[in-house]
Amino acid sequence: MDRAKLGRLAGLAALAAGPLVVLTLFFLLPVAGMVGRGFVVDGTFDPLGVLEVLARPRVGRVLGFTLASATAGTVLSLLLGLPSAYVLSRLDLPARRLVRAVLLVPFVLPTIVVGVAFRDVLGEGGPLGFLGWEQGPVAVVLGLAFFNAAVVIRTVGAAWESLDPRPGEAAAALGATPFQVLTTVTWPALRGSVVSATSVVFLFCATSFGVVLTLGGVRWATVETEIYLLTTSLFDLRAAAALSVLQLVVVVVLLALTARFRAPGAPVARRTSAPRRVRPADAPALAVTALTLAFVALPIITLVQGSLRVGGEWSLDNYRALAGRGSDQALLVPVTDALASSLRIAVDATWMALGLGLLLAVVVTRRSHSPAERRVRSALDAVFMLPLGVSAVTLGFGLLVTLDSGPLDLRDSPLLVPIAQALVALPLVVRTLVPVLAGIDDRQRQAAASLGAGAWRTWLTVEVPVVWKPLLAASGFAFAASLGEFGATSFLVRDEAPTLPVVIFRLLGHPGEMNYGMALAASVVLAATTALVMLAVEQLRVPSLGAM
Amino acid sequence: MPARRRIPALAATTTMVLALTGCSLIGGDSEKADRADQVVLVTHESFALPDEVVDAFEDETGLELVVRASSDAGALATKLALSADNPSGDVAFGIDNTFASRVLDAGVFEPYDAELPEGAERFALAEGGDLLAPVDQASVCINVDSAWFAKRKLEAPSSLEDLAKPAYEDLTAVSSASSSSPGMAFLLATRAAFGEKWDDYWRDLLDNGLKIVDGWTEAYYGEFSAGGEKGTRPVVLSYDSSPAFTLDGPGGRSTTAALLDTCFRQVEYAGVLKGAKNPEGAQELVEFLLGPEVQAALPGSMYVRPVSGEVSVPQEWSANAPEPDDAWEVAPAEIAANRDTWLEEWTDVVTR
Repeated sequence: MDRAKLGRLAGLAALAAGPLVVLTLFFLLPVAGMVGRGFVVDGTFDPLGVLEVLARPRVGRVLGFTLASATAGTVLSLLLGLPSAYVLSRLDLPARRLVRAVLLVPFVLPTIVVGVAFRDVLGEGGPLGFLGWEQGPVAVVLGLAFFNAAVVIRTVGAAWESLDPRPGEAAAALGATPFQVLTTVTWPALRGSVVSATSVVFLFCATSFGVVLTLGGVRWATVETEIYLLTTSLFDLRAAAALSVLQLVVVVVLLALTARFRAPGAPVARRTSAPRRVRPADAPALAVTALTLAFVALPIITLVQGSLRVGGEWSLDNYRALAGRGSDQALLVPVTDALASSLRIAVDATWMALGLGLLLAVVVTRRSHSPAERRVRSALDAVFMLPLGVSAVTLGFGLLVTLDSGPLDLRDSPLLVPIAQALVALPLVVRTLVPVLAGIDDRQRQAAASLGAGAWRTWLTVEVPVVWKPLLAASGFAFAASLGEFGATSFLVRDEAPTLPVVIFRLLGHPGEMNYGMALAASVVLAATTALVMLAVEQLRVPSLGAM
Repeated sequence: MPARRRIPALAATTTMVLALTGCSLIGGDSEKADRADQVVLVTHESFALPDEVVDAFEDETGLELVVRASSDAGALATKLALSADNPSGDVAFGIDNTFASRVLDAGVFEPYDAELPEGAERFALAEGGDLLAPVDQASVCINVDSAWFAKRKLEAPSSLEDLAKPAYEDLTAVSSASSSSPGMAFLLATRAAFGEKWDDYWRDLLDNGLKIVDGWTEAYYGEFSAGGEKGTRPVVLSYDSSPAFTLDGPGGRSTTAALLDTCFRQVEYAGVLKGAKNPEGAQELVEFLLGPEVQAALPGSMYVRPVSGEVSVPQEWSANAPEPDDAWEVAPAEIAANRDTWLEEWTDVVTR
């Protein structure tokens, strides 16, 4: 008995060891190293100084705006994303895979480009300029929802698609209204994934940097933009450390809260239900989906249109120029090379994130045999969400100050970028897999085991068939997230091998109409590449897994 | 159903995975060349030099030049200060006069051993002149869309005071001092021009409809009527060289102009990093940055002016983008002492 318990714990530790080492080395140590610099002033440890910073009135304002804008952004993302997830995962619509892929594109667009596109729409000369929303809280919230509705659609859509429709149909046949079906059958089954999506979206919103900077103007600062300002512009490391710690505390509290509300998912069916025909009752959800599509498409169309214009006329010259290095050699490598590096880096980031994510998801979802074990598992689950809640600035500089000696001098290693991106993508992978794995009835494993299957065999016959599809979805998402990642990448990327978003940013920073046009064209290429990846994943999703 | 349908899907996935891993980084270019024949330049993302110039350096010295460019000038200064004693390169380039004190205070540099070109002496730092060598300079100035004003038969503004006049209401866009280096330079220009009353001037600007965006890109491309297709404001914060990029045709005349009474000069410096793995190569690189090839290439590749009086700027520049005779100045030591306070005060004023 005791030996079995020990064995289980040892197994748990062995599975968790790899991810933990990676996380410690590339996340916990760097962040601690950077925050430590703020706590130690002139060689002495001075925690009181850090506390003093937190009493500044500006810190209160910044924290208030961070929480308010993130809450509003999350609510709007859910309002737009949930009906869209329903429509795109359950209804038989023409081109729904294409629509779903398009809706996921914003997530990876460089924020600076989206900022420019948003301003074209909301700005003084734009079609919605009369609203006066160009800069300020409304623009920020719209921007956050533009990026994050995709996360809701993906996370909840995947769970919704694999939901067995029969209990709902049975309830309806027994006289339940659609609303009753939703609240008593569908919602309990989806709750896990909705809570997951909400917590991830909230973290993304609360730590978003570019959106707030471009759409908020000077007046509206969040903890994330404030850390950047304090670190790079004012070199006030103590205040930056104080805010980093504050951000971490908020994130940990949030994770603790969501862990409480994240009920285990209902048993997952081993098949994707066939999408059903559209009914009149679907009209509201369809309308919201159309609105979401328009909301997402407007800035993208503005972007595409801009990329196709040269000197006031339609032209493909901006795209032809991508094989070169811009006017006055603004770039060190052609944009096409940057695309190749982006793809290579994304491949590495994807397998790293998938490997770590799968291990973690398995560890976290295995049935615990004691309360202590359960606590360890849920703590593990939460710890790996932390990278979402830490400023890219803190992490970027932290890697610089900690990984700087001996075999750990990885500052110039080509692996640093994919590792950082994998850590950013990891929570997405874990959150996509955990609800599915958690939904597997443990009795299936027991049945397999009692029939003589070993651990591997059990895993292959029980888990793999169910997890295979979400795994593909997760890999697509990790790949796309890596393609678009800018914050950490811009700190770590090597000059000879810049990624596409880094090149776009660079082009935007160089004068000349051609460079600007190329930046827009490169953004369209980035968006199109992402859409293709997402489409490929959609196509690869095996329609039925029940045969096994 | 579907064992049949699964096979093509599986095959496709496998093919895709294999194809993609074929171009993964692992096992790829993890070259770690010999340190002795390499010299590493740490710089900001705006750094660029023509291939011929880099080749010339490599041929002359037998060293390979490795450029590590990332982030902006502020982040570069922070990075250098944080990794003092154990730098990730041999030479740093791109520290300007508004950030010089941070890296000097952190003790990041060794004295460099190179002769300044003729005319460069006037850009040298008063303190730390032996540690940081001036390489290029550019003036941050208010730019106007001359064509826009001509079309409306309105005289364009010409001074800082003009920008606060009712005739120019809602016409100006600048970038933020807290998030952009031209924005900081403009804040310093107003500081030099108005002394203690600088905050009154900013209030007047805001009352007159000044628009503040976060970076140069947003201001110039997003807001400036001559910068992109959507911009509506004919007055913008940019550089003295910007008019050379808004010609009405090849070899034509510029449709914009820089207001030469509104400028603040930014000087960019290079220095040898303390703890460099290749100190001799680093000295050679600094010398090269000050040499005629690099100095002549600066306008074309980085849109800045050489510090050397011996090389000439391109013809479009001399014809369309004259240099200010004298710019507003704030001593680096004064900037260092007051930077935070001024930024805080500025933020208070603009976010009332």
